[in-house]
Amino acid sequence: MSDLFGKLGGIYLLPVALALIAFVLIGAPSSWLTLTVAGLAMGMLIFLMASGLSLVFGLMDVLNFGHSAFVSFGAFVAASTLAALSGWLGAPSILLNIAALVLALAAAIAAGLLAGWLFERIIIKPVYHDHLRQILITMGALIVAEQLILATWGGTPTNVPRPAFLEGSIIIGDAAVEIYRLFALVLGAVVYLGLYLLLNRTRIGLLIRAGVENREMVESLGFKIDRLFIGVFMLGSGLAALGGAMWAGYVTLITPALGAEMLVIVFIVVIIGGLGSIQGTLLGALIVGLSANYVGFLAPKLALASNMILMMIILLWRPNGLAPAAKGH
Amino acid sequence: MSLLSIQNLSVSIGQYAVLHDVSLKVPQGGVFVLLGRNGAGKTTTLRAIMGLWQPSPGSIRFDGEDITSLHTSDIAKRGIAYVPENMGIFGGLTVAENMVLATANGTYDPQRLDWVYGLLPALKTFWDKPAGALSGGQKQMLSVARAIIEPRKLILVDEPTKGLAPSIIDAMAEGFREISAETTILLVEQNFAFARSLGRDMGVIEDGQIVHTGTMEAFAADAALQDRLLSLSAEGAA
Ligand SMILES: Nc1ncnc2c1ncn2[C@@H]1O[C@H](COP(=O)(O)OP(=O)(O)O)[C@@H](O)[C@H]1O
Ligand SMILES: [Mg+2]
Repeated sequence: MSDLFGKLGGIYLLPVALALIAFVLIGAPSSWLTLTVAGLAMGMLIFLMASGLSLVFGLMDVLNFGHSAFVSFGAFVAASTLAALSGWLGAPSILLNIAALVLALAAAIAAGLLAGWLFERIIIKPVYHDHLRQILITMGALIVAEQLILATWGGTPTNVPRPAFLEGSIIIGDAAVEIYRLFALVLGAVVYLGLYLLLNRTRIGLLIRAGVENREMVESLGFKIDRLFIGVFMLGSGLAALGGAMWAGYVTLITPALGAEMLVIVFIVVIIGGLGSIQGTLLGALIVGLSANYVGFLAPKLALASNMILMMIILLWRPNGLAPAAKGH
Repeated sequence: MSLLSIQNLSVSIGQYAVLHDVSLKVPQGGVFVLLGRNGAGKTTTLRAIMGLWQPSPGSIRFDGEDITSLHTSDIAKRGIAYVPENMGIFGGLTVAENMVLATANGTYDPQRLDWVYGLLPALKTFWDKPAGALSGGQKQMLSVARAIIEPRKLILVDEPTKGLAPSIIDAMAEGFREISAETTILLVEQNFAFARSLGRDMGVIEDGQIVHTGTMEAFAADAALQDRLLSLSAEGAA
């Protein structure tokens, strides 16, 4: 039985199983298609936000409750960039459209990288090896970041304009699939592929995977893991900012509370997926994204609780999450 | 002149003083054996040499240089390799990936790789397997192979025979004998028969203090001393 499960793809079948069950429950193929694309897109965006947190926790045993501040920064920086380039957004030239989008996403990533670097040097470095102080100081940092955003962008919800070429839907049968969601899906898949190649095909990736398992042994082999960690931390904060920027376009209205709102969902995804593995994080994010959309449609009253219920079920079945990185201690 | 010289080393872990005023000189070449009962402080000594615990106070000199406050990675770069008690294998990586991380720049000297294959044949068989799936003996061999894939000046080995079958232990002794022809080995052991077959010089640690140093030959001949320091002379004399 478990052999068959493993041969068929094991835990990687869970999103597929979820989609099949939802197909039966929903009945209408067009609604199902719309919800599935929305779920996958949402999952990919959450993956962008969560992947860095998972690697940072796995590699350095650092609990960063401030991680979602990068999501907020990315969202607001992208929103401001897009607003500044609003002339390009509606321009008939698709090249100007794309240029505005690329600049907005690049600005968000740059803000994330810079914020990540400062955050690691100032907030994280003094509290390595001390979980309680990590939780306290990173939560404090999240509050400070939220206030900085409030002071800079104000408390009224900020509108996020979208480039014209990502507006509208494609009609497949009777189903309308938003182009923006398809774009989010593709972008998430490309980032996942890039991360996968970085981790599995390069020497730096090998060092990161080894460091997640046994940091001391990596150092005993002659490598400085601190430098690697700053790199991973910045990569994670840059991706979180990219996720935030894309999320801003997804919901089109953002407030300074965005970071705190995403924090819970990002932690749930990392815990469900298993710490330190991006495969696990992707899996957890897709499951959360899909179930949020299906449950929102089938049983709207359960929508708020669905993530917690999902986490409890998965942790009862696999206490370390679905696909945690091996720990070599 | 000794290759490694530990002077008045004390180490505390948290509130607990583990090593007290340990001094030890490991000469160049051959196998130096550090014996001692469970909990005596052998692992702590090796970790302190590797920079994984900070001495307070004390100093460690290696190859003419004070390495006391160097970062672990810099100590490794000076030519010290570590085969820890838990073997430190990256179980989620393949054997090949474990090995390539132990090379300085990701490439092998083919002759040296052949030599390592010759010493530890299992390595070649399992090259592309996840290291986590290896048996205890195979993991131990992989850990040793990582330590010797590049030329080193000193290899720290912590209880390599623990939990291994006698036939594997014999093969391992043979391997260490050959390795010690080019590299100094500081071997921590509780298996006295194994240690005696390899050691040239030796020391005994007890409750975080060095209580005896000398040649293995003299120690092996003195059953009363072994009995007093190790309470395992019966096993060793067999
Ligand atoms: N990480 C640690 N935390 C607390 N105490 C430790 C730790 N490591 C070792 N000790 C204590 O230090 C003493 C020496 O340990 P160790 O060096 O591992 O002994 P050995 O390797 O000789 O068996 C033991 O009493 C052990 O309980
Ligand atoms: Mg020990």
